[in-house]
Amino acid sequence: MKTKTPSRLEKILASGQMAVTSECGPPRGSDPDAITKKAELIKDHVDAINITDNQTSVTRLCSLAACIRIKLMGLEPVLQMVTRDRNRIALQSDILGAASYDIANILCLSGDHQSFGDCAQGQNVHDLDSMQLVQTVRHMRDEGKFLGGDDIKRPPQMFVGAAANPFADPFEIRVPRLAKKIKAGAEFIQTQCIYNLDKFEEWMKLARDRGLHEQVYILAGMTPMKSAGMAKYMKNRVPGMDVPDALVKRLSDTPKEKQAEEGIKICIEDMQRLKEVEGISGFHVMAIEWEEMVPEIVEAAGLYPRPSV
Amino acid sequence: MIVADKKPIEEIIEDIKDHQKILVLGCNECVTVCEAGGKKEVGILASALRMYFLNKGQEKKIDEHTLERQCDHEYLEEIRDDIDQYDAVVSIACGVGVQFMAEKYLAMPVYPGVNTCFMGATEERGLWTERCQGCGQCILSRTGGICPVSRCAKRVMNGPCGGSTKGMCEIDKELPCAWQLIVERLKALERFAEYEELSPIKDWSTDRAGGPRKVVREDVQS
Amino acid sequence: MRLTYPTNIKIIRVPCTGKVDILHILRSFEKGADGVYAVGCMEGDCHYTGGNFRARKRIEQAKKILDTVGVGGDRVEMFNMASSEGPMFAEVAVDMVKKIKELGPNPIKLPKQDAA
Repeated sequence: MKTKTPSRLEKILASGQMAVTSECGPPRGSDPDAITKKAELIKDHVDAINITDNQTSVTRLCSLAACIRIKLMGLEPVLQMVTRDRNRIALQSDILGAASYDIANILCLSGDHQSFGDCAQGQNVHDLDSMQLVQTVRHMRDEGKFLGGDDIKRPPQMFVGAAANPFADPFEIRVPRLAKKIKAGAEFIQTQCIYNLDKFEEWMKLARDRGLHEQVYILAGMTPMKSAGMAKYMKNRVPGMDVPDALVKRLSDTPKEKQAEEGIKICIEDMQRLKEVEGISGFHVMAIEWEEMVPEIVEAAGLYPRPSV
Repeated sequence: MIVADKKPIEEIIEDIKDHQKILVLGCNECVTVCEAGGKKEVGILASALRMYFLNKGQEKKIDEHTLERQCDHEYLEEIRDDIDQYDAVVSIACGVGVQFMAEKYLAMPVYPGVNTCFMGATEERGLWTERCQGCGQCILSRTGGICPVSRCAKRVMNGPCGGSTKGMCEIDKELPCAWQLIVERLKALERFAEYEELSPIKDWSTDRAGGPRKVVREDVQS
Repeated sequence: MRLTYPTNIKIIRVPCTGKVDILHILRSFEKGADGVYAVGCMEGDCHYTGGNFRARKRIEQAKKILDTVGVGGDRVEMFNMASSEGPMFAEVAVDMVKKIKELGPNPIKLPKQDAA
């Protein structure tokens, strides 16, 4: 398959091999070491590193600056961009900023509502929504024009992605929603972290029935559970998350000091099962504040070493 | 209608404490329906204020009056002859009324007695909820009559977002997800296929972003 | 029943306590009443179904306002009883008067007299 951008992630996916991405959360301060250290931990085990954008509306070092750091280290960043905080001028501007450092991947999101974060009294922007942002990046790249119509000097060459949550409600529109994102121009999808594999496989089947798996690369989101407490928290308190009771039980039945190990084991088992699902092009391993486990997970899932392109 | 909510009386007391002759002015329309600024609320507020100041050893003149509306010249003119006997007005009309009063009676301090909240409907007595934010370019025909601008916390044009849970919004378990409602309505109208049409980027220039707005109808101007 | 109850109570008869408006309560205090109370049917037995529930809500509202303006929300109360319960009516009257006497006169009465 031909690639349209210089993105390493795109090249690996286009070659038909499984891709692995992971994410790093920037610090709540200006220390660049916080990013570079995390990136060092995982760099040989992933093809690209997502940098989150003020996730959960908690103010952090901006994704763009962190992505530049990653790029300067010689690694492959994925710029996550939410529409909550920036209007269309700032969004296009930041895209150009990223492109000026040849950052070649972008993930377009709406962003959690600001009431979840540290600035609940702030405005939110949502000048565009996540699908319209996908359209915008494609327009800037493929037409070489700004939204306003003027030409862009040296248009961005970015591989465009969107998120998908097979577990949010209502279920009946989750696949139409995927179709819509593809129509908007999404080229790769990173899903919300998966614990209910049956439901996920059901979603994949519906996607395959429409041929969507051939129109977009789907990377399955995986987050290892650190404890039974984390499983319960994610089950009850995080919107759009589907954690089966069986999983909570399996962790609760494990002695406390072994729960983290069991969580990793479950993650690896799930990845091995999902590797066999038709239409899965790779994995997005989100081990938040547990980045040091990514190498072990990737290796045990049989995805090491990473291919070179 | 415009939905407003009574201001805490402490705020109003703070505004009028240095005035002696106050008129509490209500409005017979929207604020009456949402029970925040009608004739009855004028009575309650005036009585409470009188008692408060008497308790502090000050007898202020606090009169009551309710106009049909405070957003039309002719009604606000009705008090032109009597207004000079007061040194302040507490208007418990919506923000429009307070401002129109202030424009008309330049030298008269006007204080708001309610917080104006949104354009909405009476779901039941005692419960008013938002429906419209006046974006200036109504898209309800595309969304089955449910507005994603006013009823979606992120005003996504191609929703729902990934936080929609059991038909409710991620920010409040009791707030219906606007896009869940839209999907259900499209199904009921047998137009579910329209869901996959991408909604274009919105022109917000007719919204608040474009600056204070106006509507002109030359055909009815004199 | 010819039971005695204090003479400093002015009874205002209404077909249902649901007719009592919050404005009536506030104006009573404005005009110098030291205490106001509503006596309605037992909850669930209201002759007009729910009038006494409305009255209770209004009394609660009045309490809040009276506390804010410094008159005191304790001066207003709601009691529920069957219309045949003469002895309870008298008992409530005695208790209410006792409570109000302990609270003292309506605080705005004195400044009002001074101002007059």
